[in-house]
Amino acid sequence: MKNDLVLRVVGKLLIPFILLFALYVQFHGDYGPGGGFQAGVILAAGMVFYALIFGVDNARRVMSDWLAETMLAAGVLIYAGVGLAGLLLGGNFLDYFVLDHDPVHGQHRGIFWVELGVAITVSGVMMKIFYMFASRGDANGEPEQ
Amino acid sequence: MLEHFSHIVTVFLLVAGLFIVIARGNLIKKLIGLSILQTSVYLLYVAPGKLLGGTAPILAPQFSVYANPLPHVLILTAIVVGVATLALGLALAVRLREAYGSIEEDEILALDHAADVEDEVSWSTAQDIPVRPAEQGQQRGRGWGDSPR
Amino acid sequence: MSLSVLMLVRVRNLFAVIVLFGIYSFLMATVLVALDAVDVAMTEAAVGAGVSTVLLLGALHLCKGEEAKSIHRPWLPLAVAVSTGVVLIYGTMGLPDFGDPQAPIHQHVVTRYLQNEVEVPNVVTAVLASFRGYDTLGETTVVFTAGAGIIALLRRRKKAADAGKDDR
Repeated sequence: MKNDLVLRVVGKLLIPFILLFALYVQFHGDYGPGGGFQAGVILAAGMVFYALIFGVDNARRVMSDWLAETMLAAGVLIYAGVGLAGLLLGGNFLDYFVLDHDPVHGQHRGIFWVELGVAITVSGVMMKIFYMFASRGDANGEPEQ
Repeated sequence: MLEHFSHIVTVFLLVAGLFIVIARGNLIKKLIGLSILQTSVYLLYVAPGKLLGGTAPILAPQFSVYANPLPHVLILTAIVVGVATLALGLALAVRLREAYGSIEEDEILALDHAADVEDEVSWSTAQDIPVRPAEQGQQRGRGWGDSPR
Repeated sequence: MSLSVLMLVRVRNLFAVIVLFGIYSFLMATVLVALDAVDVAMTEAAVGAGVSTVLLLGALHLCKGEEAKSIHRPWLPLAVAVSTGVVLIYGTMGLPDFGDPQAPIHQHVVTRYLQNEVEVPNVVTAVLASFRGYDTLGETTVVFTAGAGIIALLRRRKKAADAGKDDR
């Protein structure tokens, strides 16, 4: 699909806006519809779009395999880390009001980090699954029919 | 009857998904039927949360009646878990295809049955035990009718 | 939406089935917007009509696209499904009416969530991340486990891949 002019031009125009929209949905999850899950899935969809048009090898140069695997685990660790921070600072597990000088600001900070962790995990998982499905046919011994 | 319209639509979609799962033999189509079943349950949960004259549950000074946010939270989790399950099911289907050469349930069962029969034949031949002749040879899958293949 | 599901049941070409599933997901997202569930609709549109369809197409490409064959006569499954549907409709007649403000779902704990103790306008995000944050931790772990399971299922060992390349 790399040689198709329309797809290439439209892809180059749209993909930055898709990634920007994913970041917008992530950070404005407090004030409008959105949040971690939607942002992670939109980010993964933008990367899949790029991989479909320009080839999986080019997409691997942008987001390599080990990066997707690291993102998978890092998101869960960030989430658990926020919970542990609440524990270490004097409250219960996953208490947010101890994270800052003011309970309301503590809630904001806690929600920010938690949503970030969720978005990282979801986008890492979706990208890794896509890479797995796309590369399963290449390493096969039999030629493509 | 009009008050329960959402429940009727939900049950119809649920029944359609259930029918696809139990009546079709292709593994990918079964997984799609399972997905349809899951989306009908989303509708089952979200529909009672709507209040006529209310709005989306985002607090703003000019609104006073909001839709119930609790089912939204539960269904958000359910959607993501559903897609994770779908991905795992598809990975299993791909591995089954590589191991058996087909993704039709009947053909996989027939190949399994034939492999069991061959094992039995080879085991009994090694031990010099006679085998009933009706079990030798290939058998088609266990179905209700004849398959036009 | 019911029409697309009916066609999905009958159609046998797998590629058409996947496209119909994408259409169905998109229509479901529209219905969810009409029910004032904007977060859920955005997630369903992104996940159902986006990622799900891509995964199904990828699996179809790997399974080399065989058509679904309708072999056995479907009278017994149809009877089972229809009887289940009739029993369920009889059961849902006892549930509260559509749009009833006195339903039990609107009492108890939701009034406290809507008091906005955490000063976050989006109540769904507040409930998901703060009031019920432990459930979201479990769900993130489920997504992580699904990714790890797929890596375990579809990974190729380096030795086999290199041997395959050397054999060509």
